[in-house]
Amino acid sequence: MVNLTINGLRVSVEQGATLLEATRFLGFPIPTLCHMDGLSPYGACRLCVVEIGQGPGTRLVSSCTYPAEEGLQVRTASSRVLRARRMVLELLLASCPQSKTIQDLASAHGVRRQRFRQEHEDCILCGLCVRMCSEQMMAGAIGFRNRGEGRSIGTPFDAKSEVCRLCGGCQYVCPACQLRCTYTEPDKAICGGCANLSAPCVEKERFDDMMCYLNPCVACEIRKD
Amino acid sequence: MKRLTSIGEFAAFQNRLSAARSPHIPTLVIPAGACGQASGANELIRAAKREIGHRQLEGRIRLRVTGCHGFCEMEPSVLVEPDRTFYPRVKPGAMARIVEATASGQVLGDLLFTDPATGVRVQKQDDVPFFRGQTRTLLSHMETTDPLRIESYVANGGYSAAIKVVERRDPRWVVNEVKASGLRGRGGAGFPTGLKWERLAQQRDGKGKFLVCNADEGDPGAYMDRSVLEGNPHSIIEGMIIGAYATGADTGIIYVRNEYPLAVKHLSIALAQARELGLVGRSILGTNFSFEIDLVKGAGAFVCGEETALIRSIEGKMGEPRQRPPFPIERGIDGKPTAINNVETWANIPLILRNGAEAFARTGTPGNSGTKIFSLVGKIRNTGLVEVTMGAAIQSIIHDIGGGPSGKARIKAVQTGGPSGGCIPAERFDLPIDYDSLAKAGSIMGSGGMIVMDENTCMVDIAKYFMSFLKDESCGKCFPCRKGTQRMHEILEDISKGQGTREQLELLEELAGAVKDTTMCGLGQTAPNPVLSTLHYFRREYLDHIERKRCPAGVCRDLISFSIGETCDGCHACVQVCPEGAIAGKKKQRHVIDPVKCVKCGACQSVCKSEAVFVA
Ligand SMILES: Cc1cc2nc3c(=O)[nH]c(=O)nc-3n(C[C@H](O)[C@H](O)[C@H](O)COP(=O)(O)O)c2cc1C
Ligand code: FES
Repeated sequence: MVNLTINGLRVSVEQGATLLEATRFLGFPIPTLCHMDGLSPYGACRLCVVEIGQGPGTRLVSSCTYPAEEGLQVRTASSRVLRARRMVLELLLASCPQSKTIQDLASAHGVRRQRFRQEHEDCILCGLCVRMCSEQMMAGAIGFRNRGEGRSIGTPFDAKSEVCRLCGGCQYVCPACQLRCTYTEPDKAICGGCANLSAPCVEKERFDDMMCYLNPCVACEIRKD
Repeated sequence: MKRLTSIGEFAAFQNRLSAARSPHIPTLVIPAGACGQASGANELIRAAKREIGHRQLEGRIRLRVTGCHGFCEMEPSVLVEPDRTFYPRVKPGAMARIVEATASGQVLGDLLFTDPATGVRVQKQDDVPFFRGQTRTLLSHMETTDPLRIESYVANGGYSAAIKVVERRDPRWVVNEVKASGLRGRGGAGFPTGLKWERLAQQRDGKGKFLVCNADEGDPGAYMDRSVLEGNPHSIIEGMIIGAYATGADTGIIYVRNEYPLAVKHLSIALAQARELGLVGRSILGTNFSFEIDLVKGAGAFVCGEETALIRSIEGKMGEPRQRPPFPIERGIDGKPTAINNVETWANIPLILRNGAEAFARTGTPGNSGTKIFSLVGKIRNTGLVEVTMGAAIQSIIHDIGGGPSGKARIKAVQTGGPSGGCIPAERFDLPIDYDSLAKAGSIMGSGGMIVMDENTCMVDIAKYFMSFLKDESCGKCFPCRKGTQRMHEILEDISKGQGTREQLELLEELAGAVKDTTMCGLGQTAPNPVLSTLHYFRREYLDHIERKRCPAGVCRDLISFSIGETCDGCHACVQVCPEGAIAGKKKQRHVIDPVKCVKCGACQSVCKSEAVFVA
């Protein structure tokens, strides 16, 4: 067992537990965006930052990836943490204003304005879909490509994936994307019919190989065969 | 080459080579690193060979082609040993005269270096101001070593430190020597190397350990590591052999960026030679010590210089940093303990073991021992690589060695540490160069890039440049790093266009703080440094852009205009180079620039002989 102090409270957790798990065990709320139980920790959104250490050596780390260490001092809601989180949320809001998840988080943290030039992106590259696809669905159909400004998620060479089973797991976990879920074009990898007002399934012939594995489809209740 | 199967055989081999050295025979040393080749060293080498052959001087004059000696500004150059006569910027046509003069023991006065301060010709390289102020323990080996011949390295005492270590059979002693030397990592963070090795030596899982040479040097304006790789690859291999013996590592990896073709070539050749000679591989020199070294070529992502990203890249995955702890020393490549050191760190190791830890610890200042190579670039007269003892004042590098500004404008700052570092203003040039002083001044030591800026450099523009580099080179995993660098760049762009506001400046500072705080790896944590340090020391310039809509350095295109003054003699040169046809005027009469057509490329200014083109 590892003993540490979180917001002044002592807690013992198992070796290998993350700070997020330790903190949640005590019931302190920590916002997360790229973390999901059952998927490996990734540490991309940096919303879950907490302050560790004492004196001049304090620093912020992402609680979802940082392992609990013996004797560690953790603060989950210091002014430095809150300030940093608000800036991350402001950045998120500036890029993805249409996401309900982000709007809710921003509102809960008192972020009421957004001072950057407004963008409308449909992906924050949190990587949940990538991990869902490879870790839970064992497909590995999508992954990250490129770096920096050019980073994106997709299938290799943007070709229709051979290994994608159209399970929709990626959409299910996505905290931001709305656009992707309304596509009905035959060359898109995913059907997304369930989130679509005019379900593509009615054109069964055209979208046959895109239909999800749920049979019948929960949205249109049309059977594949 | 015959494989050496015992330490005794190696000693005999080395003695034979040392005895055959005959240092009294005049030798033309031509530096031909990537920098030398770019300025025409190959041409020079060809001419030298031709002239020596032509005059049948083969036994009487030798030619040695080496890596960069450091004075890149004066390349292609020739150093004549043993007198150490230095001929800068040699034209291939002059080679015949140099060969002839060297053969008859003469010096060509007209080809010598002229000290710009005194106008006096200087014969010996060591008397040239650029070289005089340096302490060249690493760089001096660049002059004596032919990187393509292991014999050359061995003849000069190479690999004797590794042999000494293997003979002594005491890994603990090696670690203690490195600890006692006080050597700190030259890759930027300055972590004590001995301590790192001690931790690796303590790892006992029996599944193997890795040593890595981090040769992914990617900061703009820095090329110290490249020159060591090109000029003295065996010193790195020897360093790694010593490291392996000390820590019990069985595999070494040199991670070198593919953009360094000459370094890759020289390393591959050096590795093949060392393997052939039995210095690398299974049972080294017949002992039961084995150590294999592989070369891994990086695809040129700046972030792959970061330890954990480098490890992932070596594993064949996407170069993306991960959470530390667990540190690579516990879980590195394929989950095995891994110690990563910088090129220059490795190159220092054989010297420490050859000359003793004490001698190393004596140079520099307490806590910052040894020497450090810097690449001095930008608005400086003597561009090149300089090696000084740690703790030397910035002033001495810029003014004594660097020779001051390259143009008429005053030097106003120097950027250390590349995109992760910050700028240091001229008022603080009395600062000693060591890890701690630079960090206190808001910059970092980094791997040794020094970009000199003068009054014609706009600090907003500099910050914008680094941010544009970082927004492309961030791996993009941490959202605040990816978006934060993009947003900082966006705000800086607004400011440089005169569209910035005071509120944006506040936002920029706030954002910079948040990016520093929330990101995972060193790239994000140091990315705001160029912004924060320029804001700290040069806030006035930012305010000029925002409030007066002016760029004091005359760089930001949207805030400047070109005009032609009275000194114009109407030579028409500018009219001919203007790509937009924006300049009009009769010959021998003052010309005028049409501000509507002008795209502010500055071509007119660069060709004007009477200095009549003004920027306002
Ligand atoms: C973004 C980034 C880039 C880096 N690039 C390099 C590099 O090009 N070369 C290098 O030796 N170290 C680089 N480092 C530092 C390494 O992570 C590591 O600290 C170093 O190689 C350790 O070796 P040392 O102890 O010998 O300095 C970089 C670090 C970061 C965060
Ligand atoms: S939840 Fe921890 S970084 Fe995203």
